[in-house]
Amino acid sequence: MNFPILSTLIFLPIISSLFIFLSKDQKNNFSSIYISLFGSIATLLLSLFLWYSMDLSSSEFQFIEEKSWINNFIKFKLGVDGISILFIVLTTFITPICIISCINSVKDRIKEFLIAILVLETFIIGVFCSLDLVIFYLFFEAGLIPMFLIIGVWGGPKRVYSAFKFFLFTLLGSVLMLVAIIVIYWLTGTTDITSIYEIKIPKDYQNLLWLAFFSSFAVKTPMWPVHTWLPDAHVEAPTAGSVILAAILLKMAGYGFLRFSIPMFPFASEFFTPLVFTLSIIAIIYTSLVALMQDDMKKLIAYSSVAHMGYVTLGIFTLTKQGIEGSIYQMISHGLISAALFLCVGVVYDRLHSRLISKYGGLVTYLPKYSFLFLVFALAALGLPGTTGFLGEFLILTGAFQKNYLFAILATVGVVLGAAYMLWLTKRVIFGKVINEDIKSLKDTNRLEIFMLTSLAFFVVFFGFYPTPLIETLNVSVDNLINNYEQSIINISIANK
Amino acid sequence: MILNLNIMLPEVFLTLSIFGILMIGVFVRNSFSLVFNLTTAIILITIAIILNSPNNAEKIFLESFIRDNFSNFFKVLILISTLFVLNSSKAFIFDNKINKFEYPIIILISILGMFFMLSSNDLILFYLGLEMQSLALYILASIDRDNTRSTESGLKYFVLSALSSGLLLYGCSLLYGFTGTTNFEQIADQLNKENTGSIFAMVFILVGLAFKVSAVPFHMWTPDVYEGAPTSITSFFAVVPKVAGLALLIKFMLIPFKNILFEWQSIIIFISIASMILGAVAAIVQKNIKRLLAYSSIGHIGYALAGVATGVLPGYESTIVYITIYVVMNIGAFSCLYLMKKDGEYRENISDLSGISKKHPILAFSFLIILFSLAGIPPLAGFFAKFYIFAAVLEQEMYVLAIVGLLTTVISAFYYLKVIKTIYFDDSSIIFDPIKNKIAQITVLISCSILISFFLYPSFLNNIVNTLFVQ
Repeated sequence: MNFPILSTLIFLPIISSLFIFLSKDQKNNFSSIYISLFGSIATLLLSLFLWYSMDLSSSEFQFIEEKSWINNFIKFKLGVDGISILFIVLTTFITPICIISCINSVKDRIKEFLIAILVLETFIIGVFCSLDLVIFYLFFEAGLIPMFLIIGVWGGPKRVYSAFKFFLFTLLGSVLMLVAIIVIYWLTGTTDITSIYEIKIPKDYQNLLWLAFFSSFAVKTPMWPVHTWLPDAHVEAPTAGSVILAAILLKMAGYGFLRFSIPMFPFASEFFTPLVFTLSIIAIIYTSLVALMQDDMKKLIAYSSVAHMGYVTLGIFTLTKQGIEGSIYQMISHGLISAALFLCVGVVYDRLHSRLISKYGGLVTYLPKYSFLFLVFALAALGLPGTTGFLGEFLILTGAFQKNYLFAILATVGVVLGAAYMLWLTKRVIFGKVINEDIKSLKDTNRLEIFMLTSLAFFVVFFGFYPTPLIETLNVSVDNLINNYEQSIINISIANK
Repeated sequence: MILNLNIMLPEVFLTLSIFGILMIGVFVRNSFSLVFNLTTAIILITIAIILNSPNNAEKIFLESFIRDNFSNFFKVLILISTLFVLNSSKAFIFDNKINKFEYPIIILISILGMFFMLSSNDLILFYLGLEMQSLALYILASIDRDNTRSTESGLKYFVLSALSSGLLLYGCSLLYGFTGTTNFEQIADQLNKENTGSIFAMVFILVGLAFKVSAVPFHMWTPDVYEGAPTSITSFFAVVPKVAGLALLIKFMLIPFKNILFEWQSIIIFISIASMILGAVAAIVQKNIKRLLAYSSIGHIGYALAGVATGVLPGYESTIVYITIYVVMNIGAFSCLYLMKKDGEYRENISDLSGISKKHPILAFSFLIILFSLAGIPPLAGFFAKFYIFAAVLEQEMYVLAIVGLLTTVISAFYYLKVIKTIYFDDSSIIFDPIKNKIAQITVLISCSILISFFLYPSFLNNIVNTLFVQ
């Protein structure tokens, strides 16, 4: 196929943002909302078509596009495999929902907000499509600009502090990755990922390079102890910003581990496994405990994100098939569930303008539809069987038990803690006595909100019962990843003898 | 000899036209606009002359004057940046009543000095060119002669610059004493590591050049002069002399000092690291946007010097790419300052920037792009500039330089973000006058669109720069 379908996918959102830029200011800015919806839904359909037309039995990268970019140096190379396509579809699915959520919640400068969201979508799809380290870095870092503005311009009272913290933390992590990328270029003579897989990086360099990549991904994941930017960013960001941040931006790091750390530095990945395990377990248990103590709903969900991403890193570095598939599943599932939970918080925040748990209670009597949906997502987040949350955690724990009993048992304790804070949150917000008189006059969810939340709930339950489409997409690529990894470990141990 | 004079046609043309417009300026009343427009025309014609000149390198006047791709590239860069700097500041010049006809003429004279500097293949011609441009710059810094701050900055610049020129001249004379020649190529043949005295000469020359590009520890004049001089002059200072100074540094590494590169390199590495750190740290506390840009330019010179410090051709090429992108960014940034006008007065405080995002969304957005690009965030051009520098530095395995460079990138991102914060996050307290200075606005937009679209075809600049060193 000669049609550059991936470039089209990447640049479609940014082109539609150009139209928004040129559109005239109107009352309520309907034109810009329509344009952005149209653009993002077109992107969604295109990505679904991409998924549909992929050859799932091949572990090779597909739809490869290659153009000369910087002379004799870097090629503009794009391609997808079974792992990246899922993240692309997740991105294109979440973006229209974010745009719909803006209609109610963003009152000020909505045109600029939509432009920022669409530009961000372009960069995120670029991250998942790129097959060249420099292109990857370019998109990875570029996402900071729109996100910084989304938090800073449309955020809450402490937005300046949060935006700065978000930007500087991530930038500091990433610049080391840039050094590593350039060093890889001088070692191997290329930044093309597929060629680097073939060439194999010398063992002596692997540990340092792995750490440089890790510094960037650990901040972005976020792993304990560099997770502190996330609660701040989430609390201050507007609803749509939180949704994108939790659902998609955090996944870029998990994807980075799978795409770069493990295949490029197999030896170092093996070497640093205990480090990652320890950090993940601390993240799971410590942040779950912290989440218990929160009095701000958004902050609680933010900490639960850190815990969930702890499972993801744990699963990835079990380096078993179940573990890695579980991690990817967990990332998709967390993408849907955390997006939904932040939207749920957004719904009541738009009405009562408070995120404090103590202001709520007894919502079930006055907002029954909302309470039902909230309950679905809360149960999914704690990993109730029949939702996507269960499958991800189950697979990860299966993988973990194959590697190390101690860590696996500790991670299972985290599941219990997860149930504790989610159920307690539900109890305090949805059930219980009505403390705040204002709640009695609240209106239940309107049609748009129901549409957003049910579409998310549908997929959470659907993929919870019927995971085959996702697992089938992943299967061959993950097999290939693990085979290559084991092969290079064997090669190295033979070379050592 | 006379037949070869076409080799220096741009210089000859520039000299004659300076005489011409000087006469017009003297004998025609209120001639500022006329002289100004003629200057623009002269610059355009000179660009055309240079672009039409043949590509091969040629030398005349006992091999003291050379015309090659290297000097031509920098001459064109200087002319184009002067064109934008001058035209975008025209309204500003009128508003501040510094519309004297000497203004554009002195700028042309300093350009002529830079031309001789760039084309010099001989210590004497080099020094003459350098002094010619410096003298013109002293006058420019104090052109607003009724304003004490402008006069003070001019005087400060003169005293410090004269000292550095003295050191430079001393270095030149030492070099002549040790090698017995003033010709660059012959000096290169004579110099070698055993020649300890020549190291002294080299240090003195380096100090002189480091002063001209305002690298740490010879940067003291920069913030004061930037703040004191009228903005139109500051933007000229921030861009044009630095291009010439860096070009000269590269030239010295390339020809006369190529055999004692190691000693020369270790000094430049120190200067580069010091500039990057000071530029990043000192800018954080600044409240005046011109002072902030002064420190930011010190930091940027540090990065550019990191490319020079590699001592190899790819490094020099990355420096040239860097300085070109730096020019685009800085012209854009300074043109934004011409638009910050309130009740006929130009505002310079960072806090005054609050609220332009609501009143002038396009200006605010352009400023945002320029600042992110200065911070080196992809996919803007500023990222590519840094990327090439670090690629070259890491190729030479100079890891310390690269790590310091990247950490200072993060620190300096902080103060650029602070400005962006003021533009976008703070509530507006000031409403600026409607924008009348169309040329400055167009300059901002041009610079901004270059920065955004650079990533579509980043090898464009490399292709040009690659041809510069082919003999």
